[in-house]
Amino acid sequence: MNPRSSTQAPKAHPIKTAPFFQWTLSAHFALFFLFLYLPVITLMIFSLNGGRYAAVWDGFSMKWYGELFQNRAIGSALKTTLNLALSSTAIATVLGTSLALGSRYLSPRAQNRLESICYLPIMAPDIVLAIAFLLFFTQALHWRLGLVPMIIAHATFNTCYVGLLTIGRTRTLDPSLEEAAYDLGASRWMVFRKVTLPGLWPSVVGGSLLAMALSLDEFVIAFFLAGAGANTIPIEIFSQVKRGVTPEVNALATVILIISFLLAGAGLWIRNKDQT
Amino acid sequence: MASHKSSFWILSGATLLWLLVFFGGPMGALTLAGFAEKGTPLKWALDFSAFGRLWDPVVAKALWRSTWMALVATTLCLGVSFPVVYKLTRLPAQRGKFFYFLIIIPLTANSLILTYSWMTLLAPDGWMERSLQWILAGTQEDPVRLLYTPFSVCIGLVYWYLPFMVYPLYSSMEKLDVHWIESSRDLGASRWRTFTEVILPVVWPGALTGCLLVFFQSFFSFVVPELLGGSKTLMIGGLAQRRFLSLPQDWPMGAALSVSLIVVLGLLLTLISLGVRKVLNKKSDWMSPASDPQN
Repeated sequence: MNPRSSTQAPKAHPIKTAPFFQWTLSAHFALFFLFLYLPVITLMIFSLNGGRYAAVWDGFSMKWYGELFQNRAIGSALKTTLNLALSSTAIATVLGTSLALGSRYLSPRAQNRLESICYLPIMAPDIVLAIAFLLFFTQALHWRLGLVPMIIAHATFNTCYVGLLTIGRTRTLDPSLEEAAYDLGASRWMVFRKVTLPGLWPSVVGGSLLAMALSLDEFVIAFFLAGAGANTIPIEIFSQVKRGVTPEVNALATVILIISFLLAGAGLWIRNKDQT
Repeated sequence: MASHKSSFWILSGATLLWLLVFFGGPMGALTLAGFAEKGTPLKWALDFSAFGRLWDPVVAKALWRSTWMALVATTLCLGVSFPVVYKLTRLPAQRGKFFYFLIIIPLTANSLILTYSWMTLLAPDGWMERSLQWILAGTQEDPVRLLYTPFSVCIGLVYWYLPFMVYPLYSSMEKLDVHWIESSRDLGASRWRTFTEVILPVVWPGALTGCLLVFFQSFFSFVVPELLGGSKTLMIGGLAQRRFLSLPQDWPMGAALSVSLIVVLGLLLTLISLGVRKVLNKKSDWMSPASDPQN
């Protein structure tokens, strides 16, 4: 289904180039992977460090992992994080998908304009969005900070991601399929359930997964809106790191890194199998 | 499909209303807060003094730092990822994809944790610092310090915003056909000429997008200078955050700062991108179907 794969240039075609050029290129390539993985690997190794200090190796130990699972603050932060991610993703999936469904009734020019609107919250720097949300919720609406403002803020930028992905997908839908369904006597609801939605499904699922990942990743906006007592995992990590000695953060960060590497790897692998 | 307008509003109305209230609202509040009177809670007013308080050496310093850090980070991002992406698209398809995944996977992880991982690598008296001190033994008067310096902030910015460069660069580099490079070389063009006349015309749109994104985002970065920088690397994001969350609070000034920078930088980058497009579009003429080689 990938339109790109058919037009791709044939690869693995050796180009005659000077060995020096090839050698430099390969060395740069290798160094780049060192740059990518060295900090992550260092962090993982030091999470097994027995000592309190991040930099000095003091014997192998798993004790920080043990303390991690007994830490109340991290437990409640995990709950808040998941709650935030799931709620904002649910709202964003519904809003984004309905935006895309409506966009099919617009002219191509109006569709482009709609997409530009969706790009605004995505392009805005997170610190500016965070300040704007803080001002809006506390000074204009006079709300208390906490989970609800966080969910609304995350749902707002997530809606734009889901919307953009799904609007892109609606352009690949073949309208004659729906017309055929109508001609065969299907009701509006039947057409939507049996034709339109299955066509859009991959982008809806992909968009909501992306939204979830972004919400789990997001720190700055949540940091501004959390108030007291609605800390997420990133906020917890940030404040512990700012406070100083952090052997538990190493363990927590390692666990999160391994989970996200596995998820990202699995996602890419499935998508790759899908395409070939 | 009859009655297009009403179908659109029935389906998309709720979403548009949401965006109007929860994106338009905050942006409006941000703009208006720039004109409010100092104090918490804000007194909404039409007061221009917050913009006057922007003319301050602290702001100027943070602006200057943000500008050059973002410039260095953008240059490094482009310089580092261009050869890598080039090599990726030259590899056999299966292996190229494998290495592409190897690049994407760490970059999708939580960016805060990735930044923290640099703290453990560059930590004072960490193994990196010690090896450097051992290599440079005797040449330096002061011991080498890596963390809490402009160097560590730049590295952190490059690491955080690398995806913004790699994705657009990769998607435009994919369009580069090996045969074009080969033909150009076979016809006697130098390597430099092949680069400027064959590779660049295909790749520059992706590179331009990447550069604009990386510059804009790293200019406003808050977390990276906060974690990897010291007291001497306060950038715009950190300054704005301090005006809101730590003393002395000055919400109108923080709002005025954010709004004016977004507007100025947005306009500036749009102009730059338009200018670059105009100049480079001429170079890419040979690719467009309109330019017939016969005339």
